[in-house]
Parts: sequence; C-alpha cells; structure tokens
Amino acid sequence: MRPELIKEVKYVPYSGNMAAAEAMRQINPDVVAAYPITPQTELMQFFADFVANGLVDTEYIPVESEHSAMSACVGAAAAGSRAMTATAGPGLAYMWEVLGIASGMRLPIVMTVVNRALSAPINIHGDQSDMMGARDQGWIQIFSENAEEQYDNLIQAIKIAEDERTRLPVMVGMDGFVISHAIERVRLLPDRAVEEFIGELKPMYPLLDVDNPVTHGPVAMTDSYMEFKRQQREAMMNAYKVIREVGEAFEEAFGRKYEHIETYKTEDADYILIIIGSTAGTAKFVIDKLREEKGIKVGLIKIRTYRPFPYYDVMDAIEASNCKAVGVFDRAETFGAVGGPLYSDVATAMYLRNKHYPIVSFIYGLGGRDTNVHHIEEAIDKVMQAAAGKEVPFINYLNLNE
Amino acid sequence: MAEIKTAEVKIPPLKKLTNYPEKLAPGHRLCAGCGASIIIRQMYMVANALGYELIWANATGCVEVCTSIYPYTSWKSPWIHNAFENAAATISGVEAAYKALKRKGKLPTDKKVKFVALGGDGGTYDIGFQSLSGALERGHDFIYVCYDNEAYMNTGIQRSSATPKYANTTTQPVGSESLGKPQHKKWMPEVAAAHGIPYVAQVAPSHWKDFMEKFKKALLTEGPSYINAFAVCPRGWRSKEEEGILVTKLAVETNYWPLFEVENGKWRITYRPKNPKPIEEYLKLQGRFKHLFKPGNEDKIKELQEEVNRRWEWLNRMEEISNREE
Amino acid sequence: MKSWRELPIGAVIPEPGSSEKYHTGEWRAWRPVFEADKCVNCMLCWVFCPDSCILVKEEKMVGVDYDHCKGCGICAHECPTNALEMKPEYLFREED
Repeated sequence: MRPELIKEVKYVPYSGNMAAAEAMRQINPDVVAAYPITPQTELMQFFADFVANGLVDTEYIPVESEHSAMSACVGAAAAGSRAMTATAGPGLAYMWEVLGIASGMRLPIVMTVVNRALSAPINIHGDQSDMMGARDQGWIQIFSENAEEQYDNLIQAIKIAEDERTRLPVMVGMDGFVISHAIERVRLLPDRAVEEFIGELKPMYPLLDVDNPVTHGPVAMTDSYMEFKRQQREAMMNAYKVIREVGEAFEEAFGRKYEHIETYKTEDADYILIIIGSTAGTAKFVIDKLREEKGIKVGLIKIRTYRPFPYYDVMDAIEASNCKAVGVFDRAETFGAVGGPLYSDVATAMYLRNKHYPIVSFIYGLGGRDTNVHHIEEAIDKVMQAAAGKEVPFINYLNLNE
Repeated sequence: MAEIKTAEVKIPPLKKLTNYPEKLAPGHRLCAGCGASIIIRQMYMVANALGYELIWANATGCVEVCTSIYPYTSWKSPWIHNAFENAAATISGVEAAYKALKRKGKLPTDKKVKFVALGGDGGTYDIGFQSLSGALERGHDFIYVCYDNEAYMNTGIQRSSATPKYANTTTQPVGSESLGKPQHKKWMPEVAAAHGIPYVAQVAPSHWKDFMEKFKKALLTEGPSYINAFAVCPRGWRSKEEEGILVTKLAVETNYWPLFEVENGKWRITYRPKNPKPIEEYLKLQGRFKHLFKPGNEDKIKELQEEVNRRWEWLNRMEEISNREE
Repeated sequence: MKSWRELPIGAVIPEPGSSEKYHTGEWRAWRPVFEADKCVNCMLCWVFCPDSCILVKEEKMVGVDYDHCKGCGICAHECPTNALEMKPEYLFREED
C-alpha cells in the first residue's frame, strides 16, 4: 500500500511540472509510458522519482520515442488499465499518428502537453502550435492558465475521459516554461480526496479478460468507417456536458469553480479579449490597470475547453456585455488561413449566433516570444480602433521585429 | 539471465494436439496457401497444449488486415491492432498493464497468459525496427514473432530490407536497367540476439517439430524472445500455392533459411541438412527469380549461393565461439 | 451494416472468431477430395492447412471444411498416402 503523503489541503510553491507530477502521483495511474522532451522532461523526472521511491503503484515504461509512448498507452488502456503520459511540441507531432488511434479506439488516456513550438526552426519555448495542430484528432483539449489549474484539470480529466458518455482521451495543455517551470502558489488536495473524486476505472472490453476475447483495432472498410467517426462526434458532443458536470462536481468537492470558459470583467466591457493559456493572466492585470487608470472597459474571455469548442458560452458572454469589438489572441499560426486557429473558432461562433462583431486577430508568443503588459495594451488599442470603425490590419503580430 | 526449464515440459505428439480447439477461425482473407496462417496455427498448437492464453498485438500487414475486416474477426484470443510500426510498443503497454493490475490484485483473469507481438518483415525489419529494439532492450516479458515473407506483401509486393538480392518486387523491379533488389537481405535474428535477450530462434513451419520446440522455449522464457519465421507467399513470390511447404522445406535444405536458436547468448544450429541442396533448387520454384535463369545470369545465382555459404559459415562459427568452454 | 447508434464503440469486435460466417470456400477453383481408407492419420494435412479446414475428430482425420477451404492444395501435396487429391471445383457445383 503506497504511503499517504498529503492528508489535508495544503498550499505549496510549485511549478506547473511539479503540480502536474503531483496530480499524477495522486491519480496513481496503472501505467505511464513517456519519453523526455523539453520542457516536459522535469515532469516525468519528478514522476520517475515517485516510482523509484514507491510513492505510486505505477508500472513506468521508459519508452524509446513519443510514438512508442502513445502506442504503449494505447496497449495499456485497451488492456483495461489507467494510462497516462506527457509530452511537448515535436513530441506531440511524433505521436500524431497514434493520437487518432487512441481517440478512434475510444481509450480514456490522459496526457499533459507542455505547450512548445513546433520545428523548424527548432525552438524549445512555449507556444500552442503543438496542441493546435492536433485539434482535429478527436481528443478533448483543455488549457490551463497556471500551475494550479494544470493540477486541477488533470484530476478532472480522468473523470471526463472515463465517463461512459465520453470515453475519449484528454490532453491538458500548459504554456511551456512560463507555467511548466515558473513557481507559483498551488493548492494541493488530500490524497484520499483525489482518489475518491476520480473513483475506479471501469474498463471497456479489456484485453486482459481472456475469457471474453475481443478484437481491438480492426480494418473498417468504406461500409463502416464513417459510422465510427459519427460515434466520435457524438462522444465529443456529450463531452461538452460531461466537462461541465465534472467541473460542478469539482467545485462542490473542492470549492474551485471550473467551466468551459472563464469570464473576467466582461459584464460591462466595451472591448473583449479572447485568450488561451498563461497570457490570460497578464491580460487580467492589464484590464485592471486600464480600467483604473484610463476608465477603459475591457473584459476577458479565457478559453479553458478548446475541444469541444464552447461556441455558445463564448457568444453568451459577448452578447451579455457591451462589446463593440473583439481581440482574439492566438499563440499559434495557421499560415494559410486568416488569423490563428482560435480566430476561426470565434468567427464561427458569431456565425452560429448570427451576430457579427469586428474581430482583430493577434498572433503572439510564438517560440516563447515575450508578451507583456505593454504589448497587450497595444493590442487593446487596436481593438478600440476597430470598434471605432477605423481600419486595422486583419492580423497583427505582437512584439515582432518588423 | 533467465533460465529456461524446457526439458521438463514436453509437447504432446501431433495427434494429441488435434484435441484442442482451433484458435484461429477460418474465414480470414489470407491468400490460399499463405505461410503466415500456418505459422499462427502451429503457435496455437503449442500454446493450447501448454495451457497458455495468448494475447496479441499485431502490426499492420497481411495477417492483421485479413483477419480483422469489420465486423469479422478470426481471432479467438484478445487481440489488438494499433499501427504499422508499433506492435512491440503496444504489447509493452499491455504487458505493463498486466504487471500493474496483478500487483494491485485487479487482474480479470488468473489464467496463464503470454504476450505475443506479431509483425511481418515490414513491420519488424523496417518501420517497426525502433519499437522492437526498445521493447527488447527494456526486457518486457513477451514473444516477438516476425512472419517473414520478404516484402511488403499486403500493399502489393514492395521491397523491404528482408527482400533477398535479385528478387523482383514492385518498387525495385526487374527491368532493362535492373536485376531486382540490389542489396542482400538484412537478417533480424542476429540483431535481436545482439540485444542480449534470453531467447532468439529462426524457424520454418515445414519443420514444425523444430518450430514447436522453439515456440515452447519462447513461451517458457521470462523476458523477451524473438522468433523469425519463414512465411511463404505464393502471390508475391509467384510460386505455386500447393508447393508452399515444399518451397519452405527447400529454403531450409539449401541453408538459405538456417534453423537455429540463441539461448542466453549460446548459438546452436538445430537442423543440419545432410546433403544441402544448391540454391537453384529453391530459386527455380519462384517467379520472382525467373530472370536469374536467363542465359548470362549464372554468375548472379553463384553470387546468391556464395552469400548463403557465407552466412552458413558465419553461423557455424558463432556456434563454435559461443559454446567454447572458458 | 448496423446504424452508428448500435455498433459497439471504437470498432471493437466482441464476438471471437466471427469470420467463420464468411465463407471463403467460394474462392475455390480446386477442392481436396478425401479418401478415408487411404488415410493413416499422420495429421500432416492438419498441421499444414493455412485455413483450419482439416476436420479432426477423436484424433482421426474425418474431412474438409468446404465452407472455408480455399483449395490451395498444400494438404494434397503433403499427404504421404494420396488420401487427399485435388479435383476441379466445377465438378462439385451445380449449374446456377
């Protein structure tokens, strides 16, 4: 029986990687297969320490590549066990083939992605192009703003993934280095409380049940492939409800509220920023500053659930405000489409509600480029110009050497 | 190193083996005369007799596709297909889950199981090489079986590193400028043995007794085993379906496909043909080599014979060196 | 094929050996004909059949599963006593 380390809620100075490792320790998955890649490396090292010191019951497989990491997780999950892993940037790119296999086979694998830029050029720093590149692979995608959110989100991810209405894998992203390595105040929950919250896995068609032999991963020809994809869409639609329910259960058990989005001072806002990840934190500071110093009413919608995208939550928040123009912040490029990935989702949301607002697209933080208070103020200035009917460039790179 | 207490475990005679149920159901779409399904059936014969439930991870390829076209499956054991290059990585995850659940007392079964990763030469020698090496190095308790039909057969006879020199394939075809594959065959058992795993064997289903003995050893081995199995492919090799076992026998009798094993680093040739046949006897039954029988190409056949001789010599030397008393 | 609402999710096939329902016997151009009095029950046909089509009861070879036999001819080729002989399939089919 592994030792119970945390018996009461406690506050610690932890980085995102430390918090994620702690969540994994408390979840105590059956199998973890992982390959190191900056800036995820620390996370797996912390977890490896837990394994080496008997603090978890996990079977830890130090695989020889990320492709094998996800492949082993698929094997372990199909066998009927709880499997977790973590990766970053090019590591996620390497396991790309198996992402679709994990979701197509409806395996509730939970993975941390320490968001890192994709090559080339090679860059180890934070940006969201990795998870954005994988957004159509059928995984539920949740983003964290800070270390404590990463911790809370991982715990909730287990319940979200394993719910019978979903049974989809979940990836939880946190900006590389900014969250993964920076020390913040994190609230840790008691070991037993986490165990109780996540409950026991109910495996579906486990390979290890040899008395009921099943075939996983057959060839589906033109006459059945599409039906399985329709099932996945149904599951993703159900996930929208499940994520909300788990967020409510989490609030009831532990007092912190989690929904698909977080709104910050949007009720009376004239201008709304839509951001994913750590920069939302900086934006909150800028919003407070502008309101106090200049009386400019800016608000923030922080996207937590990126897939399934919460179109109606976003529109409800915008419509309930005084919004005259929206600034969408993308920490990833699409190159061939207008704006970044989030831009398209926001534009679609407006189309679905049939309500059109001017949108200014901002590309920021690629390859770990700093985005500070000053840059966000510049961005807000452009949004204000757009609201006033002035011509503003469609796409704006923040803090670029022009 | 793991000890193999094999002498105490005896495989019953062939007739007794027929009393166990068939675990590979008929109705799969493998070609008539396919060597791969013969290999699988012979493995099951041993597993059945020794009381092992097999749990499979199968790489994309002929066997995987033909035995699992939705909604039909030929498998009566737990079986998973993941992708082309990761059978070994997938089975690593299944094996780890087994260990984890066993430790927690949560296994859904108390039957004796053995994990088997199955791949063709494509999914083993080429695209699957990395994940195989990883799994062998980590020492998972599993058997890796490669059914070697010497090309990417499922997708239409494209060359693999297992294709022999001068064989006609669709990606290195015979033409006015080419005599087929320019490189000699890569050999996997040696690579597996270099990982220092407890058991490696090369087998052919024509010599089923030898195969079954070796599969028995692999089942009893704690840790990784690697088995390289000769899988005749009438379609890809342009040979007669009914001569499948004959072609396999000739591969062995010409020393092209030696039957040997490596137990804890000790090499042993398990079958020595009394009068080894010349390689022509084997080549002439296969259309993929027919260009070699055109006048002017005699030196190519000689080259292939020399390669066979070289490898046979090498094996004999490995047997001698690895068994020397210090 | 069933509706997406009815199929098991993830394309899992929970029925082991369901391929038995697929009769590959339709592929045949030749079929092995068995003469029991020539058979010595050596079981070589059984050990070499790629399609699990040699039927054995109580350690005696009793026949061929013609629903699935593809007519590859390995059994007849390997049989040491000519108890199995390949004959053209059309001899056994009724005119449609």
